[in-house]
Parts: sequence; structure tokens; C-alpha cells
Amino acid sequence: MLNTKDIMETITMIQEENLDIRTITMGISLLDCSDRDIDHSCEKVYKKILRCAKNLVAAGDEIEQQYGIPIINKRISVTPIAILAGASGGDPINYALTLEKAARDVGVNFIGGYSALVHKGFSSGDLDLIESIPRALTETECVCSSVNIGSTKSGINMDAVGLMGRVVRKTAELTANRQCIGAAKLVIFCNAPEDNPFMAGAFHGPGEPDCVINVGVSGPGVVRAALAKAGKDWDLTRIADIIKKTAFKITRMGQLVGSEASARLGVPFGIVDLSLAPTPAIGDSVAYILEEIGLESCGACGTTAALAMLNDAVKKGGVMASSNVGGLSGAFIPVSEDAGMVAAAANGSLTIEKLEAMTAVCSVGLDMIVIPGDTTAEVISGIIADEAAIGMINSKTTAVRLIPAIGKKEGEVLEFGGLLGGGPVMKVNNSSPAVMIARGGRIPAPIQSLNN
Amino acid sequence: MRAVISVVGRDRVGILAMISNICAGANANVIEVTQSVLQEFFVMMMVIDISGMNCGLADLRRQLEENSMGMKIHVMHEDIFNSMHRI
Repeated sequence: MLNTKDIMETITMIQEENLDIRTITMGISLLDCSDRDIDHSCEKVYKKILRCAKNLVAAGDEIEQQYGIPIINKRISVTPIAILAGASGGDPINYALTLEKAARDVGVNFIGGYSALVHKGFSSGDLDLIESIPRALTETECVCSSVNIGSTKSGINMDAVGLMGRVVRKTAELTANRQCIGAAKLVIFCNAPEDNPFMAGAFHGPGEPDCVINVGVSGPGVVRAALAKAGKDWDLTRIADIIKKTAFKITRMGQLVGSEASARLGVPFGIVDLSLAPTPAIGDSVAYILEEIGLESCGACGTTAALAMLNDAVKKGGVMASSNVGGLSGAFIPVSEDAGMVAAAANGSLTIEKLEAMTAVCSVGLDMIVIPGDTTAEVISGIIADEAAIGMINSKTTAVRLIPAIGKKEGEVLEFGGLLGGGPVMKVNNSSPAVMIARGGRIPAPIQSLNN
Repeated sequence: MRAVISVVGRDRVGILAMISNICAGANANVIEVTQSVLQEFFVMMMVIDISGMNCGLADLRRQLEENSMGMKIHVMHEDIFNSMHRI
């Protein structure tokens, strides 16, 4: 039965601890919009997105009103556009502009899927799309892009890695007068999930159904508040248990909202992505959870272990709570979006090398990290290759979203504002991997891929 | 179908009456009330039946917030609690 303690706990979670549904993302397949004529294809894309998603924002608002649960974002993810560009030829920018218009007309704030899957090699459309990314992300506001350059089953496409280093730089350069924001909308993946609802890496994988609702929940503030009530001498088993139970409650809310959205929109429910996703708001930080576990500052020795426990406990708690868990599911460590990480990076406690270690045990990779504006494309490619190797060998998703701060050096700051936050330029090891990157080719799939 | 109204704030005359009136106006039957007054603070939870309500839950919430008398009032559908606090 309903009891007073539970009710107060729920209200506190929502009102004070920033518990919310971070996003409802509608995944839309555009495979049936493919056409040999790019203008016809764009027209079909626009019509399909409008048809499927016209009630998305309204349904989200209704659910928010009905249940009193904040739903922060409504978003859309689509089939990797490289697939359509391969069939139609022509300048892929047309697709980006179509996606932008559709997103604005429907009222969502981001549309992901200006993407290419090149983990084994390039196919028709892939190269054209990838080379158009800097322009596409400069000329649009809402479009997000991603490229999958490796997987455990295929190895790492080092030609793509070399190319993406240059694409990241170019994207930052073209938006240099807007805080290099273009680079904040581009993610490079290894083992990309097909159903991730979070931007900028969301796309609607080719294996997904025609139209689907995915929900991303979040609540680092709730987890931290739960841990703050624990005694300082409670052992880590009990701490893990608290996190598990809290993650259960958070995920249940996501399941409820997802089922409601699915029913109201007449679209199948895909997955709940139970990722602790921080925002710059006070108290909504993953780094503060790690500090609550007992570290003086995020980045101190012990951070990787604490994060491993946190990530695992979140997954265990969430899995009981939902019929379908998917996406990234774990703990995010996007530096510029997490007030605690920004502080730790600014005071030197958190370095890129430590972040790289942390990516081995959490659910994303080197995310929203601002690097010096003169970092070469080869060094960026080296960072991508390192992250991809961690993901490939450990059969997990890793990703890179770096923002070269054009014209700025270590110690200076970039401010994006809003949910993207802002952060200090972090130090990067500038020894050159240029010869290795220029070799190109493919790092072969590791032996663990042969698991049949 | 039920909802929970929670009220927190400084105790004063008329809180229960105000909320009950609004619920009656919306045709929401009050099923259960728990309240305590600790020193000068007042906390109340009210479970109401909304299946016969003549307006939406959002409307009810708005009416309560407009007449809040300085209290913090939250209205939540029971599904949230049912889903979060039970295996």
C-alpha cells in the first residue's frame, strides 16, 4: 500500500534531488525513404518524421503534467544517413538541412543520426557523409552526428580513425566563433549501440523496428543524496547496495514514463537507458557521487575503482526495474556537463589519462572534453584509437567527443551554456603518433570476437 | 485510479478545508488522510480517488497551487509510487 515514507521520498527525489526523465527519444527508421533522387529522398524523410513525431512533444508534456515527473528533452534519432546517401548520391548536406527543418517543425531540440557505420570499412555514401560533417554541424543547430569506427567483431578501421581526427578539427575550426560548438555534436564510437537515446551519439540502428520510443532516465543527485545519508564507516558492499536500490527506483520511473509514452503515441516501447547522466546543475554530478563514496577529489587514486562499483551497481539495480534495458546504461562522465568534474579538472586533480582509465569501467568514453586548440589531427586520431582499443578488447561501448578549443590553451575555458555546460582546456600529451596513424588499414578483430 | 496530494508548510487554520473544497469541486473523493503537526510545521498526505474527476490532474494541481496559502503542495498519480517502491 502507499505509505508516507515512500511518498515523501519520491517527492524529495523529484523536487530537490533533480530526479527526472532526461529524454524521451523517438527512433524512426528512414530505410523506406531511400531513393535514387536525393530531393525525393529528403522529401520522404521530412514527411515520415513529421508523421511519426508530430505528437511527440505534446505527449511528453501531457505525461509530465499527469505524473508530475519532469521530462527534460524530447528528441529524435534516425537511421544512419550514410545509408540513404549511399542510395541517392548527391550532397549529403541536403539530408542535414532536411533533418534540421523536421526537428524544428516537430519541436524537438536535437535530432541524431547524421551518422555512418564504418567499423569494417567504407561503403557507398560513408565517405561523402563523413566529409560533409563539419559543414553539416556548422549549418545546423539541432543535428547530431556520429561515426562508428570499430567493434569487437570487426576490429578498428584505422583509415576512419585518421579521417575522424581531421573531421573533429575541421568541425571545431568552422564553429570557432561559436565556442567550437560543432565538435560538441559529434561522437566517434567503438561498439556503438543501436538504441541509445542520449545525444549526441543517438542513431536508430538498422536492426531496430520502424518506429520506437526509448527513454533515458537520470538521477546522479538522487544517488548522491542516498549515499550522503549512509554512515562514513559503512562498508562498500552496503554502499553498492544503496546505489542498487536507488537505481531500481529511478529506472522504474523511466519504465513508467516509457510505457505511457508508447501507449499514447501508439509506438512500441524500445528500451530504458539507465544512465546516470550529469548536468551542470548543482547536485546533479557523478563526480560528487564518487567524492561521497570517499575520495577527496574526483581523479584521485581510487576513482577508477569507485566508478567501477557505481557503474555496476547502477546496472544491477536497473535491470530488475525494467522489462527492456538497453542503450548505454551505466554512469556517464562528460566533463563539461558535470560541475564536480569541471572543478576537479580545473584544480588539476582530474587528467585525461585518468579519464581514459575511467572509460574502461563506465558506460561512455572521453566525453565533452575540451582540448588545446593547437592539438593536431594526428593526436586526436591517437586518442580515438586508444578509446576504440579499450572498447574493442573489453567488448564494451567507448566513444570520443573532444572539443578542440581553437585559439585557446591549457587553463583557458570554453562555455557552451545550457545542458552542455563548459569546461577548462585540459592538457594533452603532444608526442606525435603521426607515423602510426598514417599507416591506416585495420587493427584486426581480437581473439575474443571468436566466441561461437 | 488514485492520486496523492502532499502538503508541507507552516500550520494555519483552514488548510484541510481548502484542499477538501477543491477536491469536492473536482469530484475527487477523499479516501485517506494522514497528517501531523510538529511544532509549527504541518505535513499532510491525502489519497484521493480521481476516477470520477471532472477535470484533469494537471487542472487540479493548478487549482491547488493557486490557493496554496504559502504551503508546498504536490499532486502525484499513484502509478509513480506503485512503480518505484514495489518489486
